[in-house]
Amino acid sequence: MIEIDVNGKKHNVDATEDTPLLWIVREQLGLTGSKFGCGMAQCGACTMHLEGEAVRSCITPLSRAKGKKIVTIEGLDKSLSEPIQKAWIEKDVPQCGYCQSGQVMSAAVLLRENPKPTDEDIDNAMAGNICRCGTYQRIREAIHIAAKSI
Amino acid sequence: MLDEVKLKRRSFLKTGAITFGGLVLGFQIPMACSKKQGMNLKDIAYHAPNAFIKIGTDESVTIIANHSELGQGIYTSLCQLIAEELEVDWDKIKVEHAPIDPAYNHTQMGPIQATGSSISALSEWTRMRQVGAAARMMLIDAAAQTWGISPSDCSVEKGVVKGNGKSLTYGQLAEKASELEAPDLESIALKDPKDFKVVGKPIKRLDTKIKTNGEAMFGMDASVPNMLVAVIARPPAFGGKVKSFDANTALAIDGVKHVIEIDRGIAIVADGFWNAKKGRDALKVEWSSGTNGNLDTPKQSLAFAKELQSVGRQAEERGNLKEGFGKASKVFESEFEFPYLAHAPMEPMNCLADVKEDSCDIYIGTQMPTFDMLTASHYAGVAPEKIKVNNHYVGGGFGRKSVLDGHIVSEAVQVSKAVGLPIKVIWTREDDIRGGYYRPKALCKVKAAIDENGNPIAWEHHIVCQSFVRGTALEQMLVHDDIDHLAVEGVVHTPYNLPNFKLLWHETPNEIPCLWMRGVGHSFNAFTVETMIDQLAEAAGEDEYSFRKKLLKDDPRSIETLELAISKSKWGQTLPSGHVLGLAIHSSYGSCVAFVVEVSLENQWPKVHHVTAAIDCGPYINPDAVKAQIEGSAIFGITSAYYGELTLKEGAIEQSNFHNYKMLRMHETPFVDVHIVESDKVMGGVGEPGVPPIAPAIANALYKLTGRRISKLPFDKKDFV
Ligand code: FES
Ligand code: FES
Repeated sequence: MIEIDVNGKKHNVDATEDTPLLWIVREQLGLTGSKFGCGMAQCGACTMHLEGEAVRSCITPLSRAKGKKIVTIEGLDKSLSEPIQKAWIEKDVPQCGYCQSGQVMSAAVLLRENPKPTDEDIDNAMAGNICRCGTYQRIREAIHIAAKSI
Repeated sequence: MLDEVKLKRRSFLKTGAITFGGLVLGFQIPMACSKKQGMNLKDIAYHAPNAFIKIGTDESVTIIANHSELGQGIYTSLCQLIAEELEVDWDKIKVEHAPIDPAYNHTQMGPIQATGSSISALSEWTRMRQVGAAARMMLIDAAAQTWGISPSDCSVEKGVVKGNGKSLTYGQLAEKASELEAPDLESIALKDPKDFKVVGKPIKRLDTKIKTNGEAMFGMDASVPNMLVAVIARPPAFGGKVKSFDANTALAIDGVKHVIEIDRGIAIVADGFWNAKKGRDALKVEWSSGTNGNLDTPKQSLAFAKELQSVGRQAEERGNLKEGFGKASKVFESEFEFPYLAHAPMEPMNCLADVKEDSCDIYIGTQMPTFDMLTASHYAGVAPEKIKVNNHYVGGGFGRKSVLDGHIVSEAVQVSKAVGLPIKVIWTREDDIRGGYYRPKALCKVKAAIDENGNPIAWEHHIVCQSFVRGTALEQMLVHDDIDHLAVEGVVHTPYNLPNFKLLWHETPNEIPCLWMRGVGHSFNAFTVETMIDQLAEAAGEDEYSFRKKLLKDDPRSIETLELAISKSKWGQTLPSGHVLGLAIHSSYGSCVAFVVEVSLENQWPKVHHVTAAIDCGPYINPDAVKAQIEGSAIFGITSAYYGELTLKEGAIEQSNFHNYKMLRMHETPFVDVHIVESDKVMGGVGEPGVPPIAPAIANALYKLTGRRISKLPFDKKDFV
C-alpha cells in the first residue's frame, strides 16, 4: 500500500511504484477528469499539480507522487477554477472538451505565477497542451479574461 | 459524404408517459428500406423509449439528443431548435444521449442513427422545431382544458401558460398534457424565421461547465463494477495474423489476469490499464505478416504512379477535351501527392462491453451507434434489441468514431464474452496512429490549358486513390457506376466554369483500412483544384481574386463568400515586408468557405499570421458555433499541411505518437477571423467545409514567396530553403 494525498485527501493505493499517477487517480480513485491522450508527455491532457507544479501525470510514477500534494481538475482551488471557468464559458472555449481539463490545469499554474500574461507568455506556458479541435485562440482570449479577475 | 442519400419516410408524433411522470414526446417512424444497404435492420423490434423531449412534473425539460456531441456543438443546436418553439427557460434545459431506436434515425441518410457528413443540423432543422411546437401546443391545450377556455385565449412564455387571469407551469401541466393526442404533423405551423429568438443567436454552449471541471463523461471514463481493462496486441503489418504466442510472460506481470486471442490480435486483460499495457509489452508473440508484409511507401508511390498511366474510370465529362487542348495557348501539367493521415482524436479509441447471458451493454462515445449495435449483436450472439448502446461525449471524432465495421466494439465484446466480465478495451495513442482507418493516400494529376483570352479551355483531372467504402455496408449508397463519390467529390460538379473537362478516377487496391476523415475526398481534391486555378490565373495575367470571380460568376454562393472574405481581409493593402496573402475557396457539404491567409517565412518554414474566413452555410442555428467550427477546421487543415504524414515500412506505419505525428500547437496558431454570409439559401454543413480550402490558400501564398508551386503535402522544409 502506498499513501498519496490527492485534493487534500489521503488515499492508500495498491499498485506497483512504476504505475503512472494518471491511472491511479482515474482507475483507483475514480476521478476521471484527468485524461489519457498520449502517455508520453506530449499532449498535456493528463496535467495535474504536484506540489503546485504542473506535471504530466501519465509519466509521473507513483514513486514520485508518494507523499506529495497532488491536485487534479476536480480539486483545483476555487480562487483559480472559478475565474478560469467563467472565462472559458464567456469565450465558449471547449469543443469536444477532452483536452480542456489539461488546458485549465496548465492555465491555472500560469495565472498563479503570472497574473498578467502576454500572448507570448501564454504561448510558452500552454505549448505542452494539444487541442486537436483547435480551440487555441479562444483559450488565449479566455486566459486574458481570467487574468483580469484573478 | 452521404449527401446523395435521402430517404423519405412517413413519420408521426407520439406521446407516452408510461414510466415517466410527465409529457414525453417523440417521433414514431415506421422502418423501411434497409435491405438494400445490406443491413439487417428491418426485422428488429425496438423497446427503447423514443422520446425527443421529456417535460417532468418537477419542471425539468430534458432533450434527448440523437446526434453525438463531438465538439461541434450539436447538443446546444438541437436544444436551440426545440427551445425556439417550446418557449422554455433556457437554463432549465438538460440533455441526455439518445439510446438506439429507429425514431432517432437520421432524416438525410440511413436508415441509421449517425453523426457525420456535416449534416446533423439539416437532419433536425425541421423535426426538432416540430417536436418543440407540438409539446408547446399540447401544454397549452392542457391548460385551456383545465380552465375551460380556448387554446387561442392562452399565451405562453418561459414555460408558463397564462389565460383567463390564471397561470400554470409546464411542470404542472405535464401530466395532463401527456394524456392528450399529439397534434398532426401537418397542423403544426412553425415560426417564421424572422421571428426567431433563440435560433440564429450566439447562445452559449450547454456543455462548457462540465467540460472545464472534469465532470463530462467520455467513453473513456465509463466504468461498471467488476470491470477489467484490456489492451490489445495487434499485428504490426496490416493484414498480419498471429502465428504463435506465449501467454506466460504476460501472465507473469502483476495484475494481468487473462491472455486471450481474438480475431484482431491478442488481448491482455488486467486489473487496470498500466498492468495490461505492461502485460502487452511482456507478451511474446510471433506474427505472420500477411500479404502486405512488403508494402512500403516508396513502392506504393511507384504503384500509384503506374496506376496513373492506366485508362481510369470516367467520373464526369463536359465538352470535348481534345478540341479544348486544340485551342490552347498555354498548357500546364502538375502532379500532386497526398499521404495517409490519421484522425488522431484527442480521446483514443475505447469501448466498454458487458456481455451477459442474453443481453449486452456497450459504453462508448461513437458517431455510429447503429453499426456498433449490429456489431455487438453479431459478436455477442445476442439479438440486436438486447444490445444497449450507452453513448457518451465523444472526445473528438473527425470521422474516426464513425466506423462501418464496428472494429472497436468487436474487440471489447469478444473479450468480455470470453472472460465473462465487463471489459474496457483501451487503445494507446500508438495503437491509434498505427491502427489504420486513415484518410487515403492519393496521387492526382491535372493537365489544364488557357486560351488566348486567358480563359480556361481544357481541364483533364486524374485521381488515384483507394475507395473509401468498397466492401462496406455503404458501398451501394456511395459508389455509382463504379465511381466512389467520396474519391472524386470536390472536383465533380465543380462550380468553376471549366469547359472541355474530364475527370477520371483510378482505383487502387484497399491494402490498408481507410475511412473518411474531416473533409474526406475534398481534403485533397480542393488542394489540387485551388492551386491549379492560381497557376492558370497567373498565366492569364490576372490576379487570383478576379480570375476566380470570373469563373464562379454563375454560382452566387461562391461569389458572395469570396467577396466577403476579400472585403474583410487586407487584400490590396500594404503588408509588412515579407508578408503575402494567399486565397482559396471551396464548396463542400452544401456550404462554401473562402480563406485569405497572411503568410511569411520564418526560419525557412511557413508562418501563418492571420486567417480571414468567410462561410456561406445558409441559415445557421448558432453563429458562434459556426465560427468555432471554421476556426477549428483551419487549425485541423494547417496541422495536416505542416505535419500530417504517415509512412509505411514492411506493411506497418512508422509513426507512433505526437512526437512524430505532430499536431499544431498554440504558438503556431494564427488568429482566425470568421465572417458569415447572411443567406437564406439551403442549409449546408459547418464541421468540415473549412478544412479543404485552408492548405491551398497557404500554398498559394507560399508560391508568391518562393516562386515554387507546392505539389506535395505535407510541406517540406526543402521547399523553403
Ligand atoms: S497523456 Fe500525459 S501528456 Fe499526453
Ligand atoms: S476541445 Fe477537443 S481536443 Fe481540445
